Amino acid sequence: MLPTQPYMVNMGPQHPSTHGVLRLRLVLDGETVLDAEPVLGYLHSSKEKLQEEHTYLQTIPITDRMDYLSAMNNNLGCALAIEKLAGIQVPERATYIRVIMSELQRIASHCFAQGTLLQDMGAWGTPLMYFLYEREQILDIFEMVCGARLTYNYIRPGGVSQDLPPEFFPLVRKFLAEFPAQLDDYERYLKDNEILRARTVGIGVFPRELAINASATGPTLRASGVPWDIRKADPYCCYDRLEFEVPVGQRGDCYDRFMMRLYEMRESLSIIHQALELLPPGEWKAPVPLVIRPQPGDAYAHIESPRGELGYYLVSDGGASPWRFHVRAPCFINLTALRDLLVGHKVADVVVIVGSIDIVMGEVDR
Amino acid sequence: MTRALTGAELAEAIQRSFPSSVVETQREAVVVAREAVRDICFYLKESPELDFSMLTSVTAVDYVDYFEVVYHLVSLSRNQSAILKARAPGRADPWVPSVVPVWQGADFQERETWDLLGVRFDGHPSLRRILLWDGFPGHPLRKDFLEFDHRTVPAATEPQGLS
Amino acid sequence: MVNQWVATLLAGRVPDWFVALITSTLGAVGILGFVLASNVLGVWMERKVLGRFQIRYGPNRVGPVGLLQTLADAIKVLGKEAITPFGVDRWVYWLAPGVAFLPALLTFAVVPFAPGAALADLDIGLLFVSAVGALGVVPIFMAGWSSNNKYSLIGAMRSIAQTVSYEIPLVLSLVGLVLLGGSLRLSALVEYQLQHGWFLLTQPLAFLIFFIAGSAELNRTPTDIMEGESELVAGYHTEYSGFKFSLFYVAEYTHLFAAAAIITVLFLGGWGTGPVLNLAPAVVWFVAKVYLVVFVFMWVRSTLPRLRIDQLMGFCWKFLIPLALLNIFFTALWVYAALSGPVIAVLNLLLAVALVVLWTQLLAGEEAGSPVPYVARPGG
Repeated sequence: MLPTQPYMVNMGPQHPSTHGVLRLRLVLDGETVLDAEPVLGYLHSSKEKLQEEHTYLQTIPITDRMDYLSAMNNNLGCALAIEKLAGIQVPERATYIRVIMSELQRIASHCFAQGTLLQDMGAWGTPLMYFLYEREQILDIFEMVCGARLTYNYIRPGGVSQDLPPEFFPLVRKFLAEFPAQLDDYERYLKDNEILRARTVGIGVFPRELAINASATGPTLRASGVPWDIRKADPYCCYDRLEFEVPVGQRGDCYDRFMMRLYEMRESLSIIHQALELLPPGEWKAPVPLVIRPQPGDAYAHIESPRGELGYYLVSDGGASPWRFHVRAPCFINLTALRDLLVGHKVADVVVIVGSIDIVMGEVDR
Repeated sequence: MTRALTGAELAEAIQRSFPSSVVETQREAVVVAREAVRDICFYLKESPELDFSMLTSVTAVDYVDYFEVVYHLVSLSRNQSAILKARAPGRADPWVPSVVPVWQGADFQERETWDLLGVRFDGHPSLRRILLWDGFPGHPLRKDFLEFDHRTVPAATEPQGLS
Repeated sequence: MVNQWVATLLAGRVPDWFVALITSTLGAVGILGFVLASNVLGVWMERKVLGRFQIRYGPNRVGPVGLLQTLADAIKVLGKEAITPFGVDRWVYWLAPGVAFLPALLTFAVVPFAPGAALADLDIGLLFVSAVGALGVVPIFMAGWSSNNKYSLIGAMRSIAQTVSYEIPLVLSLVGLVLLGGSLRLSALVEYQLQHGWFLLTQPLAFLIFFIAGSAELNRTPTDIMEGESELVAGYHTEYSGFKFSLFYVAEYTHLFAAAAIITVLFLGGWGTGPVLNLAPAVVWFVAKVYLVVFVFMWVRSTLPRLRIDQLMGFCWKFLIPLALLNIFFTALWVYAALSGPVIAVLNLLLAVALVVLWTQLLAGEEAGSPVPYVARPGG
């Protein structure tokens, strides 16, 4: 045997499958990962500092830019925190619109996550394109509602920026009618795909205890067998009036995380269905002053974003802009235990594990 | 519905095991003496009637006179949440004990807080900058960090750590 | 055919060596033309086919149905800066793209496009094909080693391991053909198929093994681990740009067409059409079959995810090689018993199905964990 020695490889920040600019410093023995460390901050844009210079209403567009794949959820979390801080009551109709929007966004975000995960596995483009096709339909709906495809600025403190247009309903109903069949197809083709199973089953196992201890949330936590979903555990908006189930995994490996998203899309469809049925008429926005000046104090509001618990911790000093605007970013915190997941696996597994955690660097670095 | 423990309830639970460590009881939160933070966190996590198994979030707020470190805890089994705060006075070297030995989830968040606010977490296994680069002057989320001259900021260097 | 016509034209008027020179040059030019045209067409076809598989259009702007897209890309690539990174092994770095093109091109020398239309119908054609095919790993290793890049090096190391392993089932699967056909000469093998039925029917297992192993040699998904663009950026050619990169690209497609041509010759009856459809010239049938095989390769590429290196090696050593050996054994048995073509076809088909199913079951036992049902419980 020739003498060998471990060597270091920089995966990223420019790399086809690090989902933006994640950089991993890997110590490899041949192909096996001996040590790994994420190096973050390549997309840091100091958004928390930026928010301290803006009025409360102006903070919403900046949240769009964090998790740019689920901007609706970012808007929602921020609006909830501001409402909690300032004691604003939201009209009934607005809460339903918010739920419909954030669930559509969840489907769009999960579609993208599934597609890129399969792309990372080397399925050359085909699954990605199919999932993007579905996502496009949702983005079209969003464009119709608020005029933007990625950065919506739609959910505002006190409600939403404008009512749903009448053309919205037939389009969503069409999507709701067509998507389940597509989802069945994807499940049929992907669930028992031999290569997909070989690449994901038993890879990157996130043990239940570690997942809880490392503050993992969202599909990453649920795949490890913890039925913890903010929508169930601490319902916001109108989730307490809607029937849905929380899929839970068993092993906590990449396959479970992958399947979690597939099942959650189905639940989201049922939520949208119910919310559309229950959607009450009325106001969609409470009268909220342009410049909100909450009482001094702090508030923490959290929602279940597609990637996990998205929390906003706002501190007010009584002024027009927040004194402190902290975002509990699920992607960032889900990366905490990344090293424990990676060590011992092969280089090719690294991209699968990172892809299965589904990070968006805009939110990790903020 | 997650039941948020009120400050009084949490203060009572803490005072049973750690008398005289509660500094202030707020409506939703309890401010504790910073020296006792790690022990209190251990207690909150391990005691069966509280069982705060997950640390949702750690962050800090700059109140000019002091830094307030805020811990959001959640108990998955009892569906309860609690907010714990600790104050670190002074601007030169504000510190609180690190809770990484209690919850691994505090690791990156404490590093981020150190990076952006300059609150030192005593006992953190590797308290390095995480979002900014080594050699960055100051901590940008502090209220006295008003501007920085990018011409004088040293270039990014390789982060230390792995060998 | 053109060669023969030229040869008769020139015979007696010029020395023999000059006739040989002219004819072989003509043949080489013809093959080069075919290869380059196929490259242009193949790139376009791949993009179009993948586009259709991925519910999009593919190129449709440059020329009719985007046919000139490849040419436009070629011009663009030629205008790119040729970057030579710091610290490369300059000689090897520059040589590798050129060398990459050669082995694939050499394969075409022995391919019979139509009766008598092979540039060099060697007695040991099959041996030549496998020997030259194995050379394909050398330029990849040259590129990976000289690039001074860890990703390239990992890609090159993977390619060595993969190619050396897959060369074994690739060659072993051909032994059955030789046992039946009784010759190593490719045209003789085609003639045998035309009389006794295609090897696709009489040697289905060998076809399966050859197709999979060939796909691995070709560096195409699901076995493109030496490129592995999602983990190794671009594998061995990460550091190449401009013209040098496009040479690798051309080499890849030439390999693809070479493999398709070999599969056509060995398993799909070469230029033969079967008894009925003798409408078009033989060479047209041959080319049509080659493109069909290329299409199947593209189909596989757009369908399957990539395997991991250890799984790929395990598949080779645990699945392909034992089956190839068994195939040789049973084929030798049939030949010894002097069975006729249809009987062998039926027996081998049954054997192939039985062996593949059995072996899959055997290997499946080693897989970690069976599917676990999901419970959906409300949280909280």
